[in-house]
Amino acid sequence: MPIQYYITLSIVLFCIGIVGVLTRRNAIIIFMCIELMLNAVNLLLVAFSKMHNAGAVGSDANPTAGVDGQLFVFFIMVVAAAEVSVGLSIIVMMYRNTHSVDVNFLNRLKN
Amino acid sequence: MNQFSNLVYLVPLFPLIGFLINGLGRKSLSKPLISLIGCGVILVSFAVSVGIFFEARHFGNTPVIVNLFDFIKVPGFDIPFGFQVDQLSSLFLLIITGVGFLIHVYSTAYMHEEATQHYGRYFSYLNLFVFSMLLLVLGANYLIMFIGWEGVGLCSYLLIGYWFKNNNYNYAARKAFIMNRIGDVGFLLGIFWILSKTGGTLTYSQVFAQASSFSTFDVTAITMLLFIGAMGKSAQIPLYTWLPDAMAGPTPVSALIHAATMVTAGIYMIVRSNVLYTMAPATQTVVAIIGLATAFFAATIAIKQNDIKKVLAYSTVSQLGYMFLGLGVGAYTGAVFHVMTHAFFKALLFLGAGSVIHAMQNQQDIRYMGGIKKYMPVTHITFLLACLAISGIPPFSGFFSKDEILAAAYEHNLILWVIGVITAGLTAFYMFRLYAMTFLGRFRGTHEQEHHLHESPSAMTIPLIVLAILSVVGGFAGIPEVFASNAHGLEHFLSPVIAQNTESHQLNHGTEYMLMGISVALALIAIVYAWSRFSKKPEIEEAEGAGKLLANKWYVDELYDTVISKPLLASGNVLKNVVEKSGIDGIVNGVGRGIQYAGRQIRLMQSGQVGNYILLMVLSMVLMILLVFYGNNLNPIFNMFK
Repeated sequence: MPIQYYITLSIVLFCIGIVGVLTRRNAIIIFMCIELMLNAVNLLLVAFSKMHNAGAVGSDANPTAGVDGQLFVFFIMVVAAAEVSVGLSIIVMMYRNTHSVDVNFLNRLKN
Repeated sequence: MNQFSNLVYLVPLFPLIGFLINGLGRKSLSKPLISLIGCGVILVSFAVSVGIFFEARHFGNTPVIVNLFDFIKVPGFDIPFGFQVDQLSSLFLLIITGVGFLIHVYSTAYMHEEATQHYGRYFSYLNLFVFSMLLLVLGANYLIMFIGWEGVGLCSYLLIGYWFKNNNYNYAARKAFIMNRIGDVGFLLGIFWILSKTGGTLTYSQVFAQASSFSTFDVTAITMLLFIGAMGKSAQIPLYTWLPDAMAGPTPVSALIHAATMVTAGIYMIVRSNVLYTMAPATQTVVAIIGLATAFFAATIAIKQNDIKKVLAYSTVSQLGYMFLGLGVGAYTGAVFHVMTHAFFKALLFLGAGSVIHAMQNQQDIRYMGGIKKYMPVTHITFLLACLAISGIPPFSGFFSKDEILAAAYEHNLILWVIGVITAGLTAFYMFRLYAMTFLGRFRGTHEQEHHLHESPSAMTIPLIVLAILSVVGGFAGIPEVFASNAHGLEHFLSPVIAQNTESHQLNHGTEYMLMGISVALALIAIVYAWSRFSKKPEIEEAEGAGKLLANKWYVDELYDTVISKPLLASGNVLKNVVEKSGIDGIVNGVGRGIQYAGRQIRLMQSGQVGNYILLMVLSMVLMILLVFYGNNLNPIFNMFK
């Protein structure tokens, strides 16, 4: 499959993520949208990695060419997992305090 | 050989110690102890000064210079903190410490009623004054002289405003200080000018050695600037108005600072710089004219004053004018001679006036005095002697010194002499008007004051007697050539200091006798007239016509007020109300208000809505990405700022 399909898919996913973050007020959905953006990037990394690997194998015999892109994906997944654990705990605390997960409730620091 | 002269630093050191002890301990020391310290330190200084004086006559042309430490030492600029002992400074040392000591003793009685704390303050100021004055005359360069010069100005200010609860006295003190500052600017500029010409030295001997290489313009400018300093300090036209107001201070202060010593600082400075002045005939002419004008002008004012101290103050201004006349016609010895005799008889007059004021319970108006002769015999006799001395009646001291100046003026220009002699007549007139209205006739004060009248205590009369003796015999230090050849002791004594004495004594004896005869005759006529007129019918009523003009001091204070003070205040008000308020304040407040406004507007972005923050974040990230990809297209714009 040509690389353009992957790029298009991940741009679409990323844009859905951005729009979700910007328009939704439910903190959990915002979180899910952030995950969506991260995974759009992951998808792109994997796609490019595969593309590089295929190109390299064709010209010279280096089986590991381009796999560092896939290693990045693991990093991102680890960071995302850590971020989710922190973020979810914030959301839990927020829910305990306001009985709501609406981010617009969190405007007490204004003024 | 020079054992005293090498210890010269002791002379100013003791008054400084006295100042510190009395100043710091004024709340804990007792009055007798304060008096003892205050007078004792001056007595020690006087003793050392006497030793120095008798050594100084053997110095010849080489003064003793004692450098204590380097005051300013940078490359190309070297000013040691040094004292110069020569004939001139040793003579002034004697006058300052001698007359100073007598006045300190007098003060112990005069100021006796003050609270202990203020009594200590008074003596500490007085000691500080003596210290500064000694620094002024002892300094071996112009900078040390300037330090002393400022010090005496400060002490004058402090002592005029000694009774600081009276606001008028504070104004008088401020006036004296500000007037002096105007002169000091000139003096300081003169010093800078000298410094720029000599390449970094202000030491007298080096400056005078290089003086011959100065251009005429430089010398004239330097001497004129120095003379402006002398005008302020020695109360000459146009800066003389502070001295009569300075009479707000205690009377012994007037005697010490505003008659005997500080106001003669200008004369000392010019005599010290006589090498420069002799090179600048233009300045000498100005000095002579200003001196004579001041002498005459102040004498006319003194005729109509009714405050005993004001008369003496204008008389001081007038006598200082005489000294400057002497300096202007090159009679440096005569000027110093007159400083000396004037210190004696004017200190005596002030102390006598103080004695009267003390007995009259602070009444200073001579219209309410009269007939005090029989109550205060010692004060009366000494005051009379001083009046005769200042009027120039032989053989009292004033005769010799005044005659010397007038003779020099005659040699110089006949007009100077004529006005000088008229002024001498005026002097005799106003002094005997003062004398007659105070001591003769019948008492015009209240009954209570009459009851209180008594001779002053011995701490006051003994200084009067000593000064009276000095006023009588002081003139024999300078007997003119006509009476006895080579009898002018002072001239011989001072000859090493005065580079080129222009008192050539070319007058033949007949002319000189005639000059003396005219001035003495005029003085005698004035005395007899004043005596007979004011002892019988004292001048009680307010003056009218020309007299009113004189009584109001030619309206000079009002003139200065209109011409200088009011426009200055008006322009100050314009600056304060317009430039300061709407200009500078406007800018400062405008900047502040602008920042506050901007802050208020920008604060609206902090809405607290998480969504907004995220939107901003996304937009900025988009902007950054755009910059990364298309930023190169902006390079021409960035280059414009390089």
